[in-house]
Amino acid sequence: MESFSAILIEAIGLILSWDPDVIEIIMLSLRVTLTAVAAACLIGLPLGAIVGAFRFPMRTGVIVAMNTLMGLPPVVVGLLVYLMLSASGPMGVLGLLYTPTAMIIAQTILVTPIVAALTRQVIEDLNGEYAEQFASLGVGPLDRVLALLWDARYSLLTVALAGFGRAVAEVGAVIIVGGNINHVTRVMTTTIALETSKGNLELALALGLILLVIAVIVNGLLMAIRGTAARAAYV
Amino acid sequence: MSEALTNISAHSAVTSAPLLSARGLCFDAGGQRLIDGIDLDIAPGRCTVIMGANGSGKSLLLRLLHGLIEPTDGAVSWCGQPLDRAARREQAMVFQRPVMLRRSVAANLRFALSVRGVRGAKRKAQEEETIARARMDALKDKPARVLSGGEQQRLAMARAMIGAPRMLFLDEPTASLDPASILAIEQLIQEARDNGTTIVLVTHDPGQARRLGDDLFFLHGGRIAETGPIMQVLEKPTSKAAQAWLSGRLFVPNTP
Ligand SMILES: Nc1ncnc2c1ncn2[C@@H]1O[C@H](COP(=O)(O)OP(=O)(O)OP(=O)(O)O)[C@@H](O)[C@H]1O
Ligand SMILES: [Mg+2]
Repeated sequence: MESFSAILIEAIGLILSWDPDVIEIIMLSLRVTLTAVAAACLIGLPLGAIVGAFRFPMRTGVIVAMNTLMGLPPVVVGLLVYLMLSASGPMGVLGLLYTPTAMIIAQTILVTPIVAALTRQVIEDLNGEYAEQFASLGVGPLDRVLALLWDARYSLLTVALAGFGRAVAEVGAVIIVGGNINHVTRVMTTTIALETSKGNLELALALGLILLVIAVIVNGLLMAIRGTAARAAYV
Repeated sequence: MSEALTNISAHSAVTSAPLLSARGLCFDAGGQRLIDGIDLDIAPGRCTVIMGANGSGKSLLLRLLHGLIEPTDGAVSWCGQPLDRAARREQAMVFQRPVMLRRSVAANLRFALSVRGVRGAKRKAQEEETIARARMDALKDKPARVLSGGEQQRLAMARAMIGAPRMLFLDEPTASLDPASILAIEQLIQEARDNGTTIVLVTHDPGQARRLGDDLFFLHGGRIAETGPIMQVLEKPTSKAAQAWLSGRLFVPNTP
C-alpha cells in the first residue's frame, strides 16, 4: 500500500487534471442533489409555513411527525424507495430503479422533512412577532403565508443549504436505489464507498476532497447570508 | 360589500349611536382577572383618551376593543354588530411597540396598501402620498427596522392611516419621543381627526390628553375608575385612583 502523502498527491493531480470521469461524477452529484433540494423546498417550504403560521387540530402531532422524519435513516429511505420502484413494486412499471430519477426521489424524501421542520420553526417564531400586526391589518391567510416566507427569506436560504449539505454527503439511500452504475448513477459518495473497497484510493480521496470543498463553500455561504441579513437588519 | 354599505348608511343616519361599544368586558390570563367588567361607548368622530398607571390594563383594553384577543366575558360591538374581521379592517392600530416587516419603509407601506386591496398605479400614488405625509422621503428605501424609535412610530402612524380607517387605536404613540417627533405624530393624529376618524388614544401625558382628547377613561386595576370630559377629569378628578395618579404626575416636576 502506498503512503498517504503519495495518494494525496495523486488525488490532487486527478482534480487538477479535470479528469472527465471525475467531472462527470461531480456534475451528476450536484444535479441529483440540487434537483432534490429544489423539490424538497417546493414541498417543504409551504408545508412548514402553513404548520408554522396556523393553528389546527392535531398540529402538535404533525410537528412531532415532521421532527421525527427529520432523522429518517437514509438506508431505510433507500429501502422503501427501492421497494416502490422495483419491478414488482407499485411503481415498477415506470422503470425508474437505478436511474438518477430514483436517486432524486430518495433524496427528496430525505430532505423534505428537514426543510419542512426547520421552516416550521423559523415561520412560527416570525409569526409570533407579526401575528397581532397582521390581525390588525386584516391580512388574509394566503398573504400571511407569503409575507412570512418572504420576510424569513434569509433564514430559509440557510434552511435550504442545510438540506443541501445533508443530501450531498448522503450515501445510504442513493447507493440502494441508484446502484452506483458507472456513467449512469455514480455520484461522489457512492464512488468513494466503492473505490475505497476496491483499493482505488486516489479517486476516492479526490472525490472526498471535493466534498470537503463543497462543505466549506456551503458554510461560507451560510456565514455570508447571515452577515448580509444582519447588515440589512433583516434578522 | 352590501353589509358594509348598510353599516355606513346606518352610521350616518344616527350619528349619536356609538360606533363601538363594550359591555361587561372581562379578560383573564394566568389565573388573574386583568380586565374587570368594562362598559364603554365610543361615539363617532370623538377622540377618547385612556389613561392609567403602568399595568392598569390599557393595552389589553385596546386589544380587546380591536378584536385582537377574545374577551373571557362580555362583548364588543361595532356599529351595533358583533366585531368580526371585516369590522376590524375598518379600524387600525398603532402598537406600543411598533412591528415592522423586514423590508424597506416603502415596502412596509406597500404591503399595508395591498392588504387593503389597493394595487397597481393607485397603490404607487397612495404609497408616495403616505410617505410624503409622514415626511419620510429621505428614509423610504431604508430597512424599516433600522429606523429610530421615533421614525418607526411615525411610520407606524402613517401605515395605520392608510385607507382612512373609521377608527384608530393608538397605544402610547409618542412615548419616549423628542418634542419635535411628538409634534409630528400629534399633527398626524389631528389630520386623522379632521378626516373624521374616531380615535382611541392611550397616553401618560396629560398635556397631550388635553390637546387631542374629548373624553377620558381612567383605568385602575382593569376597571374604569373614572370617566368624563377630559378637562373635568384632569382638573377635578373624583376617584381616589385618578386623584393619586394625577397629583403624583403633576407634582413630580416640582419636587426638588
Ligand atoms: N397574556 C398575559 N398573561 C398574563 N398577564 C398579562 C398578559 N397580558 C397582560 N398581562 C398583565 O396585565 C396587566 C395589564 O397589562 P397592559 O399591557 O394592558 O398594561 P398597560 O396599562 O398597557 O401598561 P403600560 O402603561 O405599562 O403600557 C399587566 O400587569 C400585565 O402583566
Ligand atoms: Mg401598555
